[in-house]
Amino acid sequence: MAIIETKNLTYTYPSATKPSIRDVSLTVEKGEFVILTGPSGCGKTTLCRCFNGLIPHFYTGQLEGELTVAGLKVIERSIYEMAQRVGLVFQNPENQLFALSVEKDVAFGLENLGVPRDEMRKRVDWALQTTGIEELRERAPHELSGGQQQRVAIACVLAMQPDIMVFDEPTSFLDPLGAQRIFEVINQLNKKLGVTVILVEHRLDLASKYADHVVIMDDGKIALNGSPREIFNSETARLIGVGIPKATLLWQLLQENGITLEGVPTSSEEAARLLREVLNQ
Amino acid sequence: MIEVKDVYFTYLTGVEALKGVSLSIRNGEFVAVMGQNGAGKTTLVKQFNGLLKPTKGEVLVDGVNTRDISVAQLARKVGFVFQNPDHQLFSETVEEEIAFALRNFGFKENTLNRRVTWALNLLGLTEYRKTSPFMLSGGERKRVALASVLAWNPKVVILDEPTIGQDHRQKEILRQFIVQLNAQGKTVVIVTHDVEFVAECSPRVVLMAQGQIVADGSAKKILTDPDVALRASIVPPQVTQIFLELEDLGLPTDVIDVSEAKRVLIEHFEAGER
Repeated sequence: MAIIETKNLTYTYPSATKPSIRDVSLTVEKGEFVILTGPSGCGKTTLCRCFNGLIPHFYTGQLEGELTVAGLKVIERSIYEMAQRVGLVFQNPENQLFALSVEKDVAFGLENLGVPRDEMRKRVDWALQTTGIEELRERAPHELSGGQQQRVAIACVLAMQPDIMVFDEPTSFLDPLGAQRIFEVINQLNKKLGVTVILVEHRLDLASKYADHVVIMDDGKIALNGSPREIFNSETARLIGVGIPKATLLWQLLQENGITLEGVPTSSEEAARLLREVLNQ
Repeated sequence: MIEVKDVYFTYLTGVEALKGVSLSIRNGEFVAVMGQNGAGKTTLVKQFNGLLKPTKGEVLVDGVNTRDISVAQLARKVGFVFQNPDHQLFSETVEEEIAFALRNFGFKENTLNRRVTWALNLLGLTEYRKTSPFMLSGGERKRVALASVLAWNPKVVILDEPTIGQDHRQKEILRQFIVQLNAQGKTVVIVTHDVEFVAECSPRVVLMAQGQIVADGSAKKILTDPDVALRASIVPPQVTQIFLELEDLGLPTDVIDVSEAKRVLIEHFEAGER
């Protein structure tokens, strides 16, 4: 079942001379883990802003085409309605956190929705538990490390129990181990709770092993759309200058030199397994 | 060029960010300071241009103690490009931004103009000469920040997290640029946790954890040691991870770069066929 469906979506920011996204037609199935990538300024963030109604309701400007998210026509609904179904986690958690304790920050979205007190308590506990930050409950968000802050930001959005969670480069301020832990948390939400995940990311080496579906944008349009294997192996991905995983790049280089593996790897584990098969022959 | 002798540094908040760091960087070296968030990387490099002075111990730049010289004098030798360009940019046009420091250093007007033109050209910013830096994209603002530092031709260039927010293509341009600067004899210090970027540049790596240096050596040596990497919250490059998993097949484990990986594997296959 499609949970996001766009048809010929074109959007121009107010006072901009040309559209930031053009003719975008995209279907995301319920429960998918989608990576959205492409060069800076290609329209990734703009597209994400459409999913939760920030475009057109907050940014105004001109939106054309069709846009249905979680069964709702975004153009006819308010941000308030969309926010309950689509959660957005920003690149820099500092832009999102403001309360004096982690618990209060996580409860804030629910307070705004008027969720009853008992239910609120339950959901805050659950969100803290799911993201592995129960012990940070009383701490002040601004005193935490970058990785901890990003988990708090995820908990805040998770507590609203959205069907779809959009992560806009959630790890770019984190060290590699911190980034890996965040990807694990996101993967758990997707695999265990069935949350549909849209992850905007440049660091494909770390993230691509979790994805079912990769979308590459270039100059406001969708350039490639398919499984990670198809996408990373395509010449177009290289031409656009997307940083395809080194494991896939190595596969390509070996292929050019007459060494064929039984499949296209997107992670180090897969590459090692495929190489082992060939080396053991 | 830079001598750090048993330096301790405590912030006014009481946080002890450096706990006995000693390090020597030679003229013309290319060094990446790596480590987890909060390890003390930025605190360390801010000692190099005197923005911070040691609480205990000393830092010598070109033989001069950073306590005996002003930040302005040091800046002439050591240029610092901040992680967030917005912490650095403030002028109304890109041209003015680049001219600002030159004017402060007392360059004559015609030299100043020549240098501004040179720096704009170097970083592909000529078309934005009269544009406000704040109208530019994040990646372009980072280039303006870099141009404004390179314009006065410091001997040492420090770049704090240069790859954050840059896409693959911009990173490749940045890598070539840094390598070129270094080849021209500049000492380059980058602070980063972008493992793949470091694997491609292959500089000397200084690894920090909890205010101390835990490892120091070539990228090839440091990034391929999983125990050392884990102590500093670094994940080995993807290519290295592949080779670490295949260690039992008699392949080397100190491979960080994809073209080297290709070469090693092809040699291995050819040896097997003989």
